[in-house]
Amino acid sequence: MNKQTIVLPILLILAVAALLLCPLFGMKFIPLTAEGLDRSILLDIRLPRVLSAFAAGAMLSLSGMSFQALFRNPLATPFTLGVSSGAALGAALYIRLGLIFSLPLLSGTSVAAFIGALLAVGLVYSMTRIKGGFTTSTLLLAGLAISFFFSSLILLIQYLSGFEHSFRIVQWMMGSLASAGYNQLFNLLPFLLSGSIVLLFLHREMNLLMTGEDLAISRGVHVGRVKRLIFITASLMVGGVVSACGPIGFVGMMAPHICRLLIGADHRRLTPAALLFGGTFLTICDTLARSMPSGAEVPVGIMTALLGGPFFIWLLLNRKSGLEL
Amino acid sequence: MTAPIVQIEELGLTLSGSPILNGISLSVTAGEYVSIVGPNGAGKTSLIKCLAGIHTNWSGAIRINGKHFAEHSPKELAKIRSYVPQAEGRYFPLTVEEFTALGRYPHLSPFTTLSTADHQTIDSVLELAGLSSLRRRAMSTLSGGERQMAFIAAALVQESRILLLDEPATFLDYRHQADVSDLLTKTCRTNGITVIAVHHDINTALACSDRIHALKNGRLLFSGTPEETAGGNMLESIYETPFMRIPSPHSPLPFISPGGAP
Repeated sequence: MNKQTIVLPILLILAVAALLLCPLFGMKFIPLTAEGLDRSILLDIRLPRVLSAFAAGAMLSLSGMSFQALFRNPLATPFTLGVSSGAALGAALYIRLGLIFSLPLLSGTSVAAFIGALLAVGLVYSMTRIKGGFTTSTLLLAGLAISFFFSSLILLIQYLSGFEHSFRIVQWMMGSLASAGYNQLFNLLPFLLSGSIVLLFLHREMNLLMTGEDLAISRGVHVGRVKRLIFITASLMVGGVVSACGPIGFVGMMAPHICRLLIGADHRRLTPAALLFGGTFLTICDTLARSMPSGAEVPVGIMTALLGGPFFIWLLLNRKSGLEL
Repeated sequence: MTAPIVQIEELGLTLSGSPILNGISLSVTAGEYVSIVGPNGAGKTSLIKCLAGIHTNWSGAIRINGKHFAEHSPKELAKIRSYVPQAEGRYFPLTVEEFTALGRYPHLSPFTTLSTADHQTIDSVLELAGLSSLRRRAMSTLSGGERQMAFIAAALVQESRILLLDEPATFLDYRHQADVSDLLTKTCRTNGITVIAVHHDINTALACSDRIHALKNGRLLFSGTPEETAGGNMLESIYETPFMRIPSPHSPLPFISPGGAP
């Protein structure tokens, strides 16, 4: 039995274990047999939060994997295209203007963030259309430009805001699953389901895109169509996650790379692995974040970034170790 | 004479405002080994890329198998022609086997996995290209020569009737150059695959080809047999430099070397 065939079952077991065990941990340990208030904390607060963390992590990881294959760039992240700054701008505007509205099941901040994310993606996409091509480098540069532009707008909004608004904006931008309940979970699941089905379906096309667009074309891939589909799928997943829990960094960049090291880059195996690993990783990070002895929970974005920063540097220093893309 | 498998009429291409190809008309008969030669910037690579489907905004007409280019779906085209790009620093984390297997793409529907027949095709091509022992190696760990063989193998796995190659032997050492030439001529002569290759080295073009087309400044200036190419002063006018024709002990064709009488 070779190494690659046992990786997926192990990841699956770890994922199931994380989903079963993580709800038990937090500020205090609650056994499965708990009654009364503890039982409702377990089932109504911790369980949906753990499931939401898993769904969010899985989607961040899948979209990072897709963008890395699409752009043939190992440092591409789900946020490379300005999705997160768009979402943050939406959320910042909502908070600053003190708007209060909500849709059934959705908070106003989420709606504003999702609109912001779509706006950013739409802008990046139409910029590349005007340029006449969906080329990788224009897309990346357009994403960067939009990111910087939106970030300055957010800084401007913060500068013009009072302390309280400014603090809430910063807090939102750190990313947190603290408010994730069943509502959030049900908002995330459709994105996860449809997104992972599309990406699993396109595993060969992603392999071919990874080898270069010219080769993909010559092998019969409808490159324009496939790239658009991957781009939109991944962007919607990121938009869904960011609007629900803010921009949680590093999962989307790190998880796919670790999976490539574990299982290789063939997307037939890599896609399910990235889903399971990303989900498990964020679930564990979030459990750690809310189990800190400090008494207050740490935003999960800080947790992932603390782990992700050193990894990022290690990645830069070890470009030869099979991480090239 | 059978009907041409590739027929190009008045092909023109403009990339970001500059004319690249202009009024190119040529046809290729099935089973021929055709070389495209010419100085740097003549448009050789662009011509191959038009046929490979990478450049799409060309003018004129290209017929493949008697049918207009645009009337073929991408997968249909991929079953007819495969493409080996110029060797360059292109890295992706796949093994030799995973990479060559991707050549089966046009023959697969999205829900199927590789069949036994697909695996047999891959195995026999890897064997033919001398890559069997390297099949589990990461592409990024191969030498330049081995990489080039893997790219050609991936194109052969596609089982198309036309093989397009862009400078398949450039930057390779002598032995790998010979390996590549042997593989290509064998593919063409034994299996009847039509080869259309851009060649940088004029002697390789002379030795392998049935027909040679010479481009300069985006125009087709000459088409002829290797004998016609070697004789006359076609090479001098295309490359704008004198050549020596040294009689070869192994071939009726001379060996061409740049440089003239002082």
